[in-house]
Amino acid sequence: MSDRHILSLGCLGLVLLFVASLFIGAGDLSFRTIANGEMDGEALRLLLVSRLPRTVAAMLAGASLAVAGLLMQMLSSNRFVEPSTIGTTEAAGLGMVVVTLLAPGALIFVKALVAAGFAIAGTAVFLILIRRLRLKSGLLVPLVGLVLAGIIQAAAHFVAYRADLLQSLGAWSSGDFSMVLQGRYELLWIGAMLGSVALIAADRFTLAGLGRDVSVNLGLAYERVVALGLVIVSAIAAVTVATIGSIPFVGLVVPNLVTMTMGDNGRRIVPFVALWGAILVLGCDVLGRLLRYPYEIPVSVIMGVAGSALFLMLLARRRTAHG
Amino acid sequence: MIEASALTKLYGDSRVVDRVSLTLDQPGVTAIIGPNGAGKSTLLSMIARLLPIDKGRAFIDGLDVTRTKGSELARRIAVLKQENGLLARLTVRDLIGFGRFPHSRGRLTAADRAKVDEAISFLDLTPLSDRFLDELSGGQRQRAFVAMVLAQDTPAILLDEPLNNLDIRHAVAMMRLVRKAADDLGKIIVVVLHDINFASCYADRIIAMQEGRIVVDGPAAAVVTEETVEAVFGLPVMVREIEGQRTCLFRR
Amino acid sequence: MADVAASQRRGELGTARPLILLALLALSCCAIFLTIGAQGNWSFVLPIRAPKLVAMILVGHAIAFSTVVFQTLSGNRILTPSIMGVDALYGLIQTLTVFFAGMLFAANSNSMTLFLVQTMAMIGFALALYGTLLGRGARDLYKLLLIGVIVGVLFRSLSGFLQRLIDPNAFVVLQDRLYASFNTVETELLTVAAILIGLVTLAFWRLLPQLDVLALGRDTATSLGVDPVALMRLSLGLIAVLVSVSTALVGPVTFFGLLVASLAVSLVGSRRHAETLLAASLIAVICLVGGQTLLERLLHFDTALGIVIEFVGGLVFLAIVLKRGIR
Repeated sequence: MSDRHILSLGCLGLVLLFVASLFIGAGDLSFRTIANGEMDGEALRLLLVSRLPRTVAAMLAGASLAVAGLLMQMLSSNRFVEPSTIGTTEAAGLGMVVVTLLAPGALIFVKALVAAGFAIAGTAVFLILIRRLRLKSGLLVPLVGLVLAGIIQAAAHFVAYRADLLQSLGAWSSGDFSMVLQGRYELLWIGAMLGSVALIAADRFTLAGLGRDVSVNLGLAYERVVALGLVIVSAIAAVTVATIGSIPFVGLVVPNLVTMTMGDNGRRIVPFVALWGAILVLGCDVLGRLLRYPYEIPVSVIMGVAGSALFLMLLARRRTAHG
Repeated sequence: MIEASALTKLYGDSRVVDRVSLTLDQPGVTAIIGPNGAGKSTLLSMIARLLPIDKGRAFIDGLDVTRTKGSELARRIAVLKQENGLLARLTVRDLIGFGRFPHSRGRLTAADRAKVDEAISFLDLTPLSDRFLDELSGGQRQRAFVAMVLAQDTPAILLDEPLNNLDIRHAVAMMRLVRKAADDLGKIIVVVLHDINFASCYADRIIAMQEGRIVVDGPAAAVVTEETVEAVFGLPVMVREIEGQRTCLFRR
Repeated sequence: MADVAASQRRGELGTARPLILLALLALSCCAIFLTIGAQGNWSFVLPIRAPKLVAMILVGHAIAFSTVVFQTLSGNRILTPSIMGVDALYGLIQTLTVFFAGMLFAANSNSMTLFLVQTMAMIGFALALYGTLLGRGARDLYKLLLIGVIVGVLFRSLSGFLQRLIDPNAFVVLQDRLYASFNTVETELLTVAAILIGLVTLAFWRLLPQLDVLALGRDTATSLGVDPVALMRLSLGLIAVLVSVSTALVGPVTFFGLLVASLAVSLVGSRRHAETLLAASLIAVICLVGGQTLLERLLHFDTALGIVIEFVGGLVFLAIVLKRGIR
């Protein structure tokens, strides 16, 4: 099958999921009502104010998180990292706690901006740490990330605990689309826009993934590309945390599955990564609405199970010999 | 072409490279040899702007490497270090295509594609060109990276220990390629080598380093003598001409 | 000969001194914890504080022992039971019991039976999973470690997932069980815990010489006549008990074991388990009791100790990795 075939099949799947997502949920809205033209104001409002934004939010978050994961893997030349396993997401959460503490009434945009600042700092610390690692094992890098994430998380917990913000921190650290309404998710578009910058600069990021020496040799402004990637990844993590909370493993599993079959050439794979990210997150969200209908299971919980299981499979498949 | 004056690299108090000056302006193969820790790779990295220069200056075509834009330099000099990125699930053709990055900035033209094909056939990679790098053997992958550097189409190429991890058959094949690139394409090639015999058989000029300094610099035949090798490596050796190849043997 | 004997004695004194100091420090921490701010109200203060103190000592000791021995089994200083997800496994077993046995079991049976059943299940699962993981020989340590960490994440996610599926009342029961802290320790459970930990400690004490041999490496151990596989199985079973007890008492703490074990090794500087275990155990008590006293009495933070330990322990992990690599 050619790339184009796969892409169109994926898009078809996404459209089907999109339609399903519009009509699944606790509120009363069935496909037949619309088909029969019996849609009243109530149903229309449910569709436009809640279901549609929710569906769009899931797609945007999934696509941009998956692309952020891919970028992070290129920047650290390592397959087993993504924003939520290296401290980026946790730092964004810490930023949200701090800004909520200092300026409770700030606009969500301002909060996301502060969170992005924290996320950039956290990611920069990670990149500096892994450059200092004497033993550059491919698997030590994600470990350092996980521990750094744990430390930042502990700091966030501590501040939240002292400031009585544990509940809010809980909301930021577990992604959930059930609270998405029109007017409260639009920041995610910024994440998606930044994600498309990744497509434009795909060649540069692919080169950066080959390491500093190769990049510099080919005349790439390596540090600048890393900085650009850092900002994109952090901003995506921050807007996701600020609007719906963090969703683990999307950025890890999707790029890995795609590169396994299609390779690392950014220009070729970024659209696929975005597409599968959207499908995976929207699929998990729909599943979360169905499993215990009419109650909901947050998308982050489902992704935690599915993602870690998939990741273990990836690890098992990987031949030990490769670095 | 390549010009270095009083290049120095400091790690703490120790001078890893100590006021090294050299000029390379003739097409051909130049080998840098010397014991471990002599500063060979560090020197190469500084000339190729992969490592910051602590003291002294390096020029490529008269352009100061620390002041010139990376993309300018990338059209004049190419360098290949031993360590290559871990993220290498690119096809051979994709990788070699990236060698054209300094010229195309990522959008390959027909001329770029021709250069890529040329490099592929020059290194006999045609049957492998659509394979992923991580499916290749070490020697094949090394060849793919050399092809990328060739596709970069620069007058000067620096190779840092290109024979590492290659068995004898692939090592000889690699050195023949290096020779061929210098002879057929008229390139200035600098190779850091561990094995003095490879230098002796394939290089036109040999630069021997010791403790950060150049101790000998001259035509291969003049450098590979019993006295010089003994002085550089601190090891008594015999140098014999065997069927026209100057060969260095250690003494029992 | 006399010289050798003398230097040996000096050597013993050399490691004995830090141990004695640690013991004194631990004792004074305990004394301060019991008495600070009591103002003579002994009959009121002691019954509240004493069980808390006992719980902390038991947990500290359990984590210290399980970590040090686990590090020997895996042959390096970075793998610890909690980093490898052992306590997450216990959490999952707890959730599973509530999930499948439902309210009935959780509410009616006394917590003791439940606890013992869970501990048995824990031993079984830990042997099956970690026996396989470690049994292959830590050829690729990083892979093993990463698998362990992600297995932990999987267990925690599964627990979270199941908790969402069960009925909200049962969930409350479970939450009480999972997030018990030193402030709400059941005395009954404490007695059982003390007995179990005592027995395991005794068992480990008898295994010490063999563990010392295993620390030289699996191949060496085999050639010296110690069966590494059998020893590993036995030790893993005992570790599972320790982790069950400590997790049942206070819930999961990821980096505490690592913190304590690396402090112990750097302080005692000995590869002999008797000393390392003792030191680790004392350091654990000092950290827990001293830390709790400090946070509670001086800084007036109530239950943030776990968070602080997490933070400091994480930093220690990074420092080890950056300084020495992983061995």
